[in-house]
Amino acid sequence: MSGPVPFTRRLDLRHGRVEMSHGAGGRAMAQLIDELFLAHLDNELLRQGNDQACFEVPPGRLVMSTDGHVVSPLFFPGGDIGSLAVHGTLNDVAMAGARPLCLSAAFLLEEGFLLADLERIVASMARACREAGVPVATGDTKVVERGKGDGLFITTTGVGVVPEGVAISGDRARPGDAILLSGPIGNHGVAVMASREHLEFETTIESDSAALHGLVADMVAAAPGIHCLRDPTRGGLAATLNELARQSGVGMKLRETEIPVEGEVAAACELLGLDPLYVANEGKLVCICAPGDAGAVLAAMRAHPLGERATIIGEVTADPHCLVQMETAFGGSRVVDWIAGEQLPRIC
Amino acid sequence: MKYIGEFRDRELARTLAEAIAREADTGRDYRLMEFCGGHTHAIFRYGVQDLMPENVTFVHGPGCPVCVLPVRRIDQAIALAEREEVILCTYGDTMRVPAGRGRSLLRARAEGADVRMVWSTRDALEIARKHPERQVVFFAIGFETTTPPTAVAILQAAREGLENFSVFCNHVLTPAAILNLLESPEVRELDGVAIDGFLGPSHVSAVIGSRPYEFFAEEYRKPVVIAGFEPLDVMQSALMLIRQLNEGRAEVENEYTRVVSREGNRKAQALVAEVFELRRTFEWRGLGEVPYSALRIKGQWAAFDAERRFEIPDSRAADVRGCECPRILRGVKKPTDCRLFGTVCTPDNPMGSCMVSSEGACAAYWSYGRFRDGGEAAA
Repeated sequence: MSGPVPFTRRLDLRHGRVEMSHGAGGRAMAQLIDELFLAHLDNELLRQGNDQACFEVPPGRLVMSTDGHVVSPLFFPGGDIGSLAVHGTLNDVAMAGARPLCLSAAFLLEEGFLLADLERIVASMARACREAGVPVATGDTKVVERGKGDGLFITTTGVGVVPEGVAISGDRARPGDAILLSGPIGNHGVAVMASREHLEFETTIESDSAALHGLVADMVAAAPGIHCLRDPTRGGLAATLNELARQSGVGMKLRETEIPVEGEVAAACELLGLDPLYVANEGKLVCICAPGDAGAVLAAMRAHPLGERATIIGEVTADPHCLVQMETAFGGSRVVDWIAGEQLPRIC
Repeated sequence: MKYIGEFRDRELARTLAEAIAREADTGRDYRLMEFCGGHTHAIFRYGVQDLMPENVTFVHGPGCPVCVLPVRRIDQAIALAEREEVILCTYGDTMRVPAGRGRSLLRARAEGADVRMVWSTRDALEIARKHPERQVVFFAIGFETTTPPTAVAILQAAREGLENFSVFCNHVLTPAAILNLLESPEVRELDGVAIDGFLGPSHVSAVIGSRPYEFFAEEYRKPVVIAGFEPLDVMQSALMLIRQLNEGRAEVENEYTRVVSREGNRKAQALVAEVFELRRTFEWRGLGEVPYSALRIKGQWAAFDAERRFEIPDSRAADVRGCECPRILRGVKKPTDCRLFGTVCTPDNPMGSCMVSSEGACAAYWSYGRFRDGGEAAA
């Protein structure tokens, strides 16, 4: 696919739109791949031009994770669906303590989607990949008829390698373990919500979307025996902690005063009737480790730019009912339950 | 958060808790009903009950707007939403309220009805402007707090000549509900459950003022303290009620002076009076038919009344058998007294309305406090 441009007219990346032919396997598709996808995501593996990527694998255990991205709106303060599709999957791979090797990306495009928007999104993906040092090794493009998609969906899959001696899994939390959080919660969810057009609500809050494998590498180097790692995305911190509690068959006791929430996020949640514990994040992680490791892990987190505001938010307890409880900032206590369905605003 | 953090201060809470423990007479119980779901939510979210002595308990009242919506009205809203030409606009947590035959507005939407969540009546008006070819119906629910915005929407639609906008009106009145509670035999007879005093609504009172409660305090000898929605407001109001009870007073006091006045918001009251009139009777979930307890749209604005514009089939649906919502809403039973609680009825699968909104007593018990009161974890 490299070499001289074989097309008579270049893609109109300013006013052009996705057409059915861009997914039909013919010259139009080849041109879209060449002039848009390859132009931005270019790397050695992609340049091979095969239907698959072929690469050497370092020793260790492989991890693999996949994620479909459907965010609305596609562009939001602090990121877009492109950067999100890279960060989301890299983080899922990293939460095994793994070093990500490469990604695949599948684009489901709706007929009529602006090529200018597509290019912006692919360029943002490429930037996120460069910053993370992880290439998109293989990809796919499909076009669906107008009305049968919501502009653009991106599915990414990531592969990574877990270093020797690391065994991180959601079922390893034990009573007495420390629970650490890498920074303030709720920014992504509020940023996305505030940018939805029907919400006349202006904030300067940006999504926290970021690739966390660098932070994880430092944490694992400081304490290879970390028990659990997970990024609190959909359902927020509350859902992640409940998942881990159930998987490990333990309870948790949190201290609300230790859970950082930025003032503006707290205010937005207050106004919208939401609880930051249930709001999505895209650049935060929860770590559970033996109490003896907590100091070293916390120091490693705080030394990394993405963990500067890390805190120990509570401890794992023995509880056959797997309840996540919290001492409130007010001085009382409450259960932090799963969310039922989607978080709906209260009326008054 | 400035202006909010101050009302959630831990140290002040401790000082107040000490005062309450000191002043509450250990020889008696204090059963304080918080009328509003907003108070219920605050009590559970901040763990206020933990800071109270054992003989001071909160009884959760019927002031959760989605909890008191009868199944019939939701069935009717679904019937409206199912009409080809209709876009039904509704506030968020109304979407999940269980209707007849296991349905809800969320389910109706999944089945193809055009149901949209809005944050305000302005959003509904905007949808109507954008879709002149469709009929936009606003499913209006709530107490005096949400009524003025509905009135404004109707007046605005009239001014603009927005012919495709109408309101399915279900606005209800707080004083009528309190009166009904006080008159209910279960509450009146002393061998039932006594309510010693009321934490009065905060946002509702911002609109109607504190004066409407003076009648209850005097006639039924129950103290009322208008309380803000922050946890310190709740504690301060509890202390004020305890003092009144200790001194044998039954007055209306106002803890929420930063928002509520005796006369209320006259402009909002005038708007409501311009657009709405009393219904002779209205069905409440839990309370049954309550006379003069709800509003309907005046004849002058009939063009914007969905009940006049559309033929809405009546539904005979009743509450799920075994559901104790009616008694829970009157404060006669606790959520954990219900056989369905936590077994078949959970926030994921609400059978009764109290399990739907986080303001509902059952949902609050389940989500925040189920490890207490013989809940699941203690069993």
